[in-house]
Order: sequence, then structure tokens, then C-alpha cells
Amino acid sequence: MPTEPAITPELVAEHNLTPEEYESILELLGRAPNYTELGIFSVMWSEHCSYKNTRALLKGFPTQSPRVLVAAGEENAGILDIGDGLAISFKIESHNHPSAVEPFQGAATGVGGIIRDIFTMGARPVCAINSLRFGELGNANVRRLFRGVVSGIAHYGNCFGIPTVGGEVYFDKSYEGNPLVNAFALGVLRHDQIARGAAKGVGNPVFYVGPATGRDGLAGAAFASQDLTEESAEIQRGAVQVGDPFMEKLCMEACLELLATGAVAGIQDMGAAGLTCSTCETAARGGTGIEIDLAKVPQRSPGMTPYEILLSESQERMLIIIEQGREEEVKRIFDKWDLPWAEIGHVTDTGQMVVKNHGEIVVDLPAKKLADDAPLYHREAKEPEYLAAVRAFTLEGIDDLDDPTAALGKLLKWPTIASKNWVYRQYDHMVRANTMVNPGSDAAVIRIKADSVPGGDDRNGSFPEKLLALAVDCNATHVYLDPFEGAKAAVAECARNLACSGATPIGSTDNLNFGNPHNPELFWQLKESVRGLAEGCAAFDAPVTGGNVSLYNQNPEGAIDPTPTIAMVGLIEDAAHVTTQWFKDEGDAVILLGEPVDAEDPLHGLGGSAFLQVLHEQKTGTPSRCNLETERTLGTTLLGLIQTGIIKSAHDCAEGGLAVALAEGCFSELEGRNTPRFIGAKIDLEGIECERLDALLFGETLGRVIITTTELDSVKAIERAKLMGVPARRIGTVGAVKGAALKIKSTTGEWSWEVAGLHDLWWNSIDNAMA
Amino acid sequence: MKFAVLQFPGSNCDQDCVHVLRSVFGCPTELLWHKEYSVGDADAVFIPGGFSYGDYLRTGSIARFSPVMGAVKEFADNGGHVFGICNGFQILCEAGMLPGALIRNRSLQFRCEHVYLQTATRDSPFTGQIPEGKNLRLPIAHGEGNYFCDDKTLQSLEDNDRILFQYVDAEGDLTDHANPNGSLANIAGICNEKRNVAGMMPHPERAAEPALGGTDGRLIFESLIAALKTQSTLAPA
Repeated sequence: MPTEPAITPELVAEHNLTPEEYESILELLGRAPNYTELGIFSVMWSEHCSYKNTRALLKGFPTQSPRVLVAAGEENAGILDIGDGLAISFKIESHNHPSAVEPFQGAATGVGGIIRDIFTMGARPVCAINSLRFGELGNANVRRLFRGVVSGIAHYGNCFGIPTVGGEVYFDKSYEGNPLVNAFALGVLRHDQIARGAAKGVGNPVFYVGPATGRDGLAGAAFASQDLTEESAEIQRGAVQVGDPFMEKLCMEACLELLATGAVAGIQDMGAAGLTCSTCETAARGGTGIEIDLAKVPQRSPGMTPYEILLSESQERMLIIIEQGREEEVKRIFDKWDLPWAEIGHVTDTGQMVVKNHGEIVVDLPAKKLADDAPLYHREAKEPEYLAAVRAFTLEGIDDLDDPTAALGKLLKWPTIASKNWVYRQYDHMVRANTMVNPGSDAAVIRIKADSVPGGDDRNGSFPEKLLALAVDCNATHVYLDPFEGAKAAVAECARNLACSGATPIGSTDNLNFGNPHNPELFWQLKESVRGLAEGCAAFDAPVTGGNVSLYNQNPEGAIDPTPTIAMVGLIEDAAHVTTQWFKDEGDAVILLGEPVDAEDPLHGLGGSAFLQVLHEQKTGTPSRCNLETERTLGTTLLGLIQTGIIKSAHDCAEGGLAVALAEGCFSELEGRNTPRFIGAKIDLEGIECERLDALLFGETLGRVIITTTELDSVKAIERAKLMGVPARRIGTVGAVKGAALKIKSTTGEWSWEVAGLHDLWWNSIDNAMA
Repeated sequence: MKFAVLQFPGSNCDQDCVHVLRSVFGCPTELLWHKEYSVGDADAVFIPGGFSYGDYLRTGSIARFSPVMGAVKEFADNGGHVFGICNGFQILCEAGMLPGALIRNRSLQFRCEHVYLQTATRDSPFTGQIPEGKNLRLPIAHGEGNYFCDDKTLQSLEDNDRILFQYVDAEGDLTDHANPNGSLANIAGICNEKRNVAGMMPHPERAAEPALGGTDGRLIFESLIAALKTQSTLAPA
């Protein structure tokens, strides 16, 4: 056996541990760690595993509601009650650094990791969504990353058999070289099926199931917690894991089958920090100790050291603690699925994580302290200097538009606004036969039926079906320009998207993507964003049930825009309430809910807008304020209207403002391949007071939704909205123009666009850029 | 009338088929594990979509060697009805129960979208109930759905009226633009010479309930159910 390296200050630094952190290790152990133990501390105390820089901030999140069955931080993912004894488990997680280095496998294993987190809770994963960020598509390397990430997600999700039902994609220079890949998965279970990641029962055997351990993904968690440089990308390619969705599908089926036997005392996936994290965390949660022998761990290559075996992030592996005497059931089920398994140790009462290699002790660490006593930092936060210029920005130098004809086309073609069909057509978004609203509307909608639940089948037909809506949002430009308001706005937009689909929010999960926390300005962005998310989630009664933090998202050019992605899940009461964004029938009334322009906003909603970025190449100005009270009222009012059955379409105004939302209403329905459905609209904005045409059409004032109703119902809708305190006004009629054209009239003129032409710009933009 | 839905490791549309057969059509349906050597008392066998054996090597190429496929072959040789959807179609081609092969989409990308199909023949147990001239709108979801065969095989498929479905556009025109994957002659589904084994790339099981935005897929299930009923009425007691 080769001798292990001696612990030197350089070696400690190579493991991303500070001299102070090393001192705490010495103190905690009362001795020096050996090389393998140092590796374990390195991953367990990385940001990815310990949240050492953010734990203090995350305490501000609302995490409780009557629906919460398993709260944030307790387990791999939170669990919410959805009624009738059913529950859902969901979480979002990043795989940013691996995707920057190897986009296909990086993104694929991101999907694999989040799916594992969900079935570890005992839930059957039933759908996925994702949030992606890339640089601008003019750059060949960005296109390579974009292509690789999307095909990686497609590969993993499609093969596993989980529908990827929605998501969002943004393109901005700040993500060049540091793309963001945030993957979300949701699973369903009955209350009595909740599984725990605790090593319970002294003497219970510990099983390893899934494929053999290799050297891949060595110390990926530590890698994810560093700045990304070109050099690191090259060196760390070996830190990216290789995914096998087929293996994961089998592993999931076998685990759910095993959980149903009642033989499982605890279950935990081997994700970040692999065997290390899973053994240490299960023991810490169980208040027990754990002892394993590495010689019994299936190994892919000969001569692996304890360090390598413990820190490997080989994929699709699970750690399962079995009730003593029921070992045969593991063997029976895993043999049925032709999956490797090995009994590698047992639960002890020592509180220690003991790892042997051929009988010799190589690791002996206090499990609870290792898992729970990671350093906790209160980093210095300082308001960034650039904000002074942002706040000083006025529209003085920006000439208003005389004619908005070309501007609308340019905005629709802008990849961030353009149709994402190039992306979602590569994802199987219908497998499992539950998808009721496919990608392309404000939120995805799925149904939960008998076979969505582990072990469920529809033989007796009495299953209480449920409907869920999902959305993920974050306008990071707005967050960059005003972190607190921008983060609130991300939550508000998510909730608005759910409301537009007919859903009431019930919970959320966040993915904090930020730069290096040692930089006080970047830490300030983080701190303010978390504050904004917390206020937002509280306002919508959508507690955070879990999430993920990804720091050090920067390359030599600088940090990414602060990106606190928020995914939200909502419940729809009745299938009749499922609502989509596109206009339905000629003659329907078009109504704008919400204040068209915020009178107190000196930039009239143009701050940080897509319009300023695309037409004036300026990414500045304070964005529209987010009034959570107004947003909440808008949401409940809209839902109330939808529940009365009079709303035929609902679409929120976001990037590109009112004009883009109207255009999308005219062309975003897709009947089939190459078969969009076009419908015109005649819009009259003369009654709206706004001193600038560009702001009226393209401003991004928050809290606005476009709805349509029949002519007959329009008065009722407007009156009811006003009664609830939501400004509402008729702004036009669907159809009512010759051919399919969008006609908009304001006090300064009247313009018309052919819907087919606008659609072509919007639909083909990304396809053309990728060709 | 009983149905069996095969379950390979990596099948992922198995439950969807079971759901439609059981809940939409009320037919007793059981999953049939790939290690079984008999199809039991099933009246018809569905081979569902998914990624059997991870689609390693080639789609469907490992599944054909599983024990259950021996039983399915024997069942079909005795006149039993076998229907493969997506990966099931690929498996049937690999097993030699249907001619030709499904190769990589010409876009080199996975495609998931709704397509339009014309029913090229109503003379089969899988298409008999589809109204004359009715085009179907069904989802596809595959990376390898590009049907290919040699000229002789194509000729034989055409001569014997064995092409069941072809990709068309929304207007019903058989154009290259309507072809989502590059399939020869826009072929989306075919049957064997005896007309009791068929495969198609689109997913009728995903379009059998109004909640999912379309019910055209029901016609295919209804066709098979009607054919099996006729068969059982005609069979000697």
C-alpha cells in the first residue's frame, strides 16, 4: 500500500481549507487528521455540503406551513401535504461548475442527482423542470455549452423516463464561461411512505447498492466550491461524473420496491462527497455511529485508495440501512433488477464514523460534529459601487420611439424572449402521460394519478387525482440592478405564472447562484437577494422546503449576475381551472389586470428592461418596484376569476412588457409540428396615461396580467377585479382585424404587425442561432 | 379480453399503456417481466416505449434476446396480436418480427412534439376503427425513429398494404417538411405480412384522454379491441 502524503500547509490549502479551518479540525479531533480524513473534511466543509457562508442567511427563509411534513434542512428534500393522504417532495439543485467543464455529463448528472434526492425520500419522481443561463449565442463556445447542456438534460431525463415539463433559459454575457444549470425534480408519495436518511437501530446492517465505485467525480463538491478558471476547467475535467440514467431508473424502481417491504431503516443517496457524506450524515441524523469496510465496497478499478473510494462521486449509488434479519429482501429485490449490492458495515452506538480498509481503521471521526459543526461565517457585505450609477440612470438620453414596429420584432427575436422550442422539443415532456400543459405557457401543469405514487396502480379507480402547476423564474438582470427588489420580483413572477395557470402556490425551492462570497460586494448581493426571496415566499405562503447554494460562479472576467432562482409549486383545484396563455376565440375581450405603469417609477418600468438592453444596449436603471401586497391581491383575484370559469386565457407581462405579452397571446399556441395557431388582436391603449410610448409598450412594470373573456363576461371580470382592489381595464378584442394581425393604437399613433411574421422571428430565433 | 404489457429494465411507458388499457378501456391488463418465458393467457401483447436495457449498443438490440421475447415471438407465430410503440417498434424490428430498422433522427436530436399521421390502410387489426380519411394527431418522443429499409422491403410493404401510418402535415399532405425524423416514405408505423404484429413510433397511449389534449390515440386501441372481439366471436368454442 502506498504511503499517504504528510499533512502540510500546502496540502491543507489544496483541499480548500483555510489555516483557521485546519486549526478547528485539530481542536475538534484533538489530534491531526490523516490524509483521508483531511479529504473528508475538505468535502464536508465545502460550501456545497456545509453552507458555511450562507447558513446564517438561510435562517431567514420561511420554512413552515400547515402543509409542511418534512421541512427544509431535515432531509434530502422537503415534503408537502397535498391532501387526501398524498404528498409531494421537490427540490432544485445546481450543477454549474461540472456543466462548465463538461456540459453534457455535467448537466446529465445534475438531473440524476436531483432525481435521486427525490426518490430517497420515498417518492416516485414524476416531473422535472430546469433553469439555465448561458452567455450570448454569438459566441461559439457558448453554443457548445448550450448544446451540450440541453442534450445532457435530454439524455438523462428522457432515458430515465421523467418528463421535463418546463423551465426557463436566459442568455447574458455575465454567464459566458460560467453557465448555470439548475435542475428541479418533483416526486409523489403517500404520507405513510416518507423515508428517512437516518442510520437507525444499532447493529442494523448497512448496504451499498448500485454500480461500482470508480475514480470519477473525485471530490466534486469541493470543486464546485471554487472559482472557475481555464486552468481549473482543464485539470478538473476528471471531477465531472459520468451519468447512467438507465442504472438510475433501475435503482429507483428497486429502492421503491424495497421501501414498500418495510425492511428499510434508513436510506440516503450518494451524491456530493459520495460514500463520505452519506455515511456521516445518516449517522448524524440517527444519533448513532456507523462502521463500514471499504474492502467490501464494489470497486471499478483496482488499487483505489481509501481516499479515492470515500470521495468518489460515481453516480447512481445508494446507502441503505436495513432492519436486522431482513437482509434477504435486499438481495431478492436487487437481484431481480440485476443491480449490484454489498453489505459493507453496520450501525454502531459510538457516534463515530469508522471506516476500515481490510480490517485496518483508516478513518475515525465524530459523525455528528463532522456533519453539523462545519465552520459558520458571517461574511462582510458591502453595497457594490456600480449601484450608484444604476440609480443615477435617467431616460434623459433615451429618445422615445415614434414607431415601435421594428422594436417589437427585435425583442421577440432576442434569445431570452424568443421561443425555447429548440430546447424543449429535445426533452420528452409527456412520458408518464400526465402533462396537461406542455412547455410554452406560463407554467407547466401535470396531473397526479394512481400510478404517480410508489406502488400505486389504478385497478380500483378511486384515486383522488390532483393537479399541480410548476414554474421557475428569475430575472437576474433585475436582481443585479437591485438585489432585494429583484429577488422579490422573481418570487412574485413565479407566483403570477402559477396564478395564470389556475394554481395556488403551496411551496418553493430556491437555488442561489452567486459569485465568490469573500468579495464583500458579491456577498452583499447574496444577502440582499436572500432577504428578498424570504419576504416573497412569506408573502405567498409558499415556504421554502429546501434548495441549493452555488457560490464561486465567476471566471477571470468577473462574477455572474446574482441569480437567486426560485421554483414554485401550486395546486389547481379542478381540471376546469387549468388556464393557458394564448388567446382563444375571435371576439373575446382583452383585459389588463394591474396598473399599466407605476406612476412613482421615474423610469416607467424601463429600468433593466429587455427593451433598454436590446434597443439601446444598456443594462442599467433601477427596475420596477415589487409590491408584494399588490402582487398577492392580483394573484388571488385572478384565481378567483379563473375559478368562476370566465377566464379563457391569462398571461403575465414580463420581459418585453405589454407588447411582447400581447404578441405571445396571438401566436404561442402550438397545435402540432410546424402548426402554430395564429389569431389577431385589436388593442387600444389610448386610455392609458404614460408619457412615453416605449415605456407603455415595452416597460416591465410588475404586477400585470393580460386575460381574455367572452364579450359578455368582460364587464363582470372587470367589476369583480376592481372590487378586489385590482386595477382592470378593457384594452382590446381578440381577432377583430382582417387576417391575423396585431393592431395597437395609442395616443400617438396606430401600428399593425402580421402575426405570422412576428411568430417566425420568435419561433426560429434560437434555431437559427444554433444552426 | 386480457392484455400483457412487457416490462424490460428501462421501459418507461409501460405504466402509461397499462393506465390507458385499464382505466380508459377497462381491460384487464398485467405487466409482464422480461425474464418470463410465457405470455400467459394474454389476448394481445403491448411492447411499450422507453429505453430497454438503456438502449445500449443499439435501440432494442438487447431486449430482443430477453426470455420474454421468445415467448412473444411464439405467441405471434400462433396468430397472437403484438403491438410495439416507440421502443417497442424498435425492438420488433431488431427481433426480426417487423422488417427494417429505426435509425437516428436526421436532425441528430431527440424530438418530442405532436405530429399528424395519415392512416395508410384500414385493413389491419390496429387501424380498422379509424374513420376513412381521418388524420391523427399524436405525440412523438424519440431520438431514433428514422425508419429505414432496403428498396425491396419497401416495395413489399407498399405492395402488400403494410404501411399503417405516414407522417403528413396538418393539411394532410405527405411532404418532406412533415417528416419529423427522416423516415423513408414518411413511414410512422407498419405491420407484418400476417398483419398481427405492428409497430409505430408515435405514442397513441399519450393521446387517449381529453385531459392530455387529444384523444386520437384511442382509435388505435379501439381498433385492436374490436378486432380481438371479432376474433373471439369467430373462434370455435
